[in-house]
Amino acid sequence: MLTDTAIETKLSSMTNQPSIKMRGEKVDVFYGEKQALFGVDLNVPEQQVMALIGPSGCGKSTFLRCLNRMNDTIDICKVLGNITLDGEDIYDPKIDVVELRARVGMVFQKPNPFPKSIYENIAYGPRIHGLTKSKAELDEVVESSLRKAAIWEEVKDRLQEPGTGLSGGQQQRLCIARAIAVSPEVILMDEPCSALDPIATAKVEELIDELRVNFTIVIVTHSMQQAARVSQRTAMFHLGNLVEEGPTDKMFTNPDNKLTQDYITGRFG
Amino acid sequence: MVSYLLIILLVASIASAMAGLHRARRQRDLATIKVHSRPIYHALNAAIWTGVPAFVFLLLWTLGEASIQDMLVLSSFPGADQLSGPERDLLISEIRQVQAGNLFTEPSPEILAAVDHLKSLELIFNWAMVAVAASLASIGAFFGYRIIQDRYQARYSVERSVTWFMIFSSIVAIITTLGIVSSLVYEAYQFFTKVPFAEFFFGTRWEPQIAIRADQVAGQGAFGMLPVLFGTMVISALAMAVAVPTGIFSAIYLTEYADQRFRSVVKPLLEILAGIPTIVYGFFAVLTVAPAVRSLGLSLGIDAAPNSALAAGGVMGVMLIPFISSLSDDAFAAVPRAMRDGSYALGATKGETIRKVLLPAALPGIIGGVLLALSRAIGETMIVVMAAGLIAKMTLNPFDSVTTVTVQIVTLLIGDSEFDNPKTLAAFALGLVLFTITLGLNLIALQTVRKYREKY
Ligand SMILES: Nc1ncnc2c1ncn2[C@@H]1O[C@H](COP(=O)(O)OP(=O)(O)OP(=O)(O)O)[C@@H](O)[C@H]1O
Ligand SMILES: [Mg+2]
Repeated sequence: MLTDTAIETKLSSMTNQPSIKMRGEKVDVFYGEKQALFGVDLNVPEQQVMALIGPSGCGKSTFLRCLNRMNDTIDICKVLGNITLDGEDIYDPKIDVVELRARVGMVFQKPNPFPKSIYENIAYGPRIHGLTKSKAELDEVVESSLRKAAIWEEVKDRLQEPGTGLSGGQQQRLCIARAIAVSPEVILMDEPCSALDPIATAKVEELIDELRVNFTIVIVTHSMQQAARVSQRTAMFHLGNLVEEGPTDKMFTNPDNKLTQDYITGRFG
Repeated sequence: MVSYLLIILLVASIASAMAGLHRARRQRDLATIKVHSRPIYHALNAAIWTGVPAFVFLLLWTLGEASIQDMLVLSSFPGADQLSGPERDLLISEIRQVQAGNLFTEPSPEILAAVDHLKSLELIFNWAMVAVAASLASIGAFFGYRIIQDRYQARYSVERSVTWFMIFSSIVAIITTLGIVSSLVYEAYQFFTKVPFAEFFFGTRWEPQIAIRADQVAGQGAFGMLPVLFGTMVISALAMAVAVPTGIFSAIYLTEYADQRFRSVVKPLLEILAGIPTIVYGFFAVLTVAPAVRSLGLSLGIDAAPNSALAAGGVMGVMLIPFISSLSDDAFAAVPRAMRDGSYALGATKGETIRKVLLPAALPGIIGGVLLALSRAIGETMIVVMAAGLIAKMTLNPFDSVTTVTVQIVTLLIGDSEFDNPKTLAAFALGLVLFTITLGLNLIALQTVRKYREKY
């Protein structure tokens, strides 16, 4: 089945545009009777950082959680429409959600390390997916994940201490390392810096920029500066609708939509 | 007599509260400055002044009255000063019996004289009590009424009284506990003066049926507690084997899998189990479960007694399920949602999340529940009295009958017994052992539960 995506991949390689990693078409989300997203069409480009912005309660987290089906854990939540990962419908009954979440990892707003040792926090994912065959290999995965998350130097001497004993910023980078350890293709981040101080935030932002080389990243943020600093593309949500989507430079200098302009310049939100 | 006095006292307190309220209102209306306390506090204060001193007096008086009367009667009884402690107790109770009109034989003239003495004493005591209580109440009422002034801090005074009342209540609880424990320790000490320490703690024979009177035929008596303790452990182990897995799995199902409707029906049902009186479990065990267990054992070709450890332990296990399930349920529910999300987002299945994240995080809470259930199992009496057996045996066969510490305490204290007899005193020693074990378990349980609370 030579799908649209395959064609698109070809096209994009010709035009030097990044290909599309995830695609959302007419996504409606309901929490019980209440509709939280209205026909959102949004594509996530590969190996780039996409920022989702918009006022509180507009559905950014909801959309993000559709991308790895975390909404399945909420009983009353219903998702309609079509979301694909590399052209495959992720809501297809044949899709194993466990496998999907291994490919699309997630970092939460509040750092949530398990009450286990730092080592065990990272080893958790590789273990449940059987990614490593030996202890040595697991050690290696742990180290490289911690290195990629730019926290190795800080924790290498205390791998057996509880992850909950780290500072907030360290915990968040630990959670990023934990997500990296299963080698996902996409990492979803829901306001990953909202609980962090400016220095820790800077570290995480730097990290996101480095991770872009290997991963596709979608980040929800309330900080316009952060969106401008780390993302290549930005999508603006309002009241459950996608208002506008485009290259970050353009969105921040010359948005098409009045709403976007007002939001970015802080006139509402 | 005392109850009438109490009612009168209550009425007097209410009356002085009314009077106080009236006076306080009038003062407030006349006052040129802002009054310190609202009239209701002045009223309460007046009531406290009227009622409490007299009430405390009555309480102490009724507690101490009898022993003072006894002392006075005995001091004038001819030859009483040569009697030993227990003999004096006997004499006094005889006098009191005669006074109450319970005659078994024709009392001697000395006793009759003592009864007369006692009667006159009681009369004096009663009138003295009334007089003192009445004067305390009226002095209190007078004072409480007079003290009402616009700047008098009645609110502080009432609050202080309430604080004292709370302190008093907690002291009552502490003193009762201390009293029970110290009498346990004292009687156990008496026991150890008659039976050596080592025999009790390390002996393997438990045959407490010794002669009470010299002319009775009975065994020599052996007080090795090991077989009894062993029985307790076997039954508790069986009970825990039923209760722990059932409780934990039902908690996991209820918190993680069941939908809201199922949960809202089943959880209260489970808690009803905890409300069934143990005697009901007891006859369920002895009438229904024990015969079934016996026929099962016989059909398996095992030597099965009509009363079995399995029947008692199994039913006790059912009784303990709600303890474990509801504490584990709380422990699971207390694990933050973020932990679950973190695990699911890494692609963990529900089973993996439960096993690797929820169970370890909830473990201290679960252990707390298990330990509390265990101390219940060890102290449980009714079910085992009815369904376990009486003969102390060291056996691991669950179809055999065993006996437990609690059962032995009951049998030791039932029927005629003397309080200086090792057979009776053994009950206190066993009680002390039981108390120590359950106290230890409870302390550990509370400790783990507390540690767990600090975690998140
Ligand atoms: N679990 C839920 N149950 C019911 N309604 C929900 C739930 N989660 C979100 N909603 C509703 O869906 C709408 C979108 O919520 P969402 O969390 O996606 O907003 P958001 O853009 O992430 O906001 P914020 O910036 O404050 O995080 C809101 O109106 C919210 O009330
Ligand atoms: Mg959100």
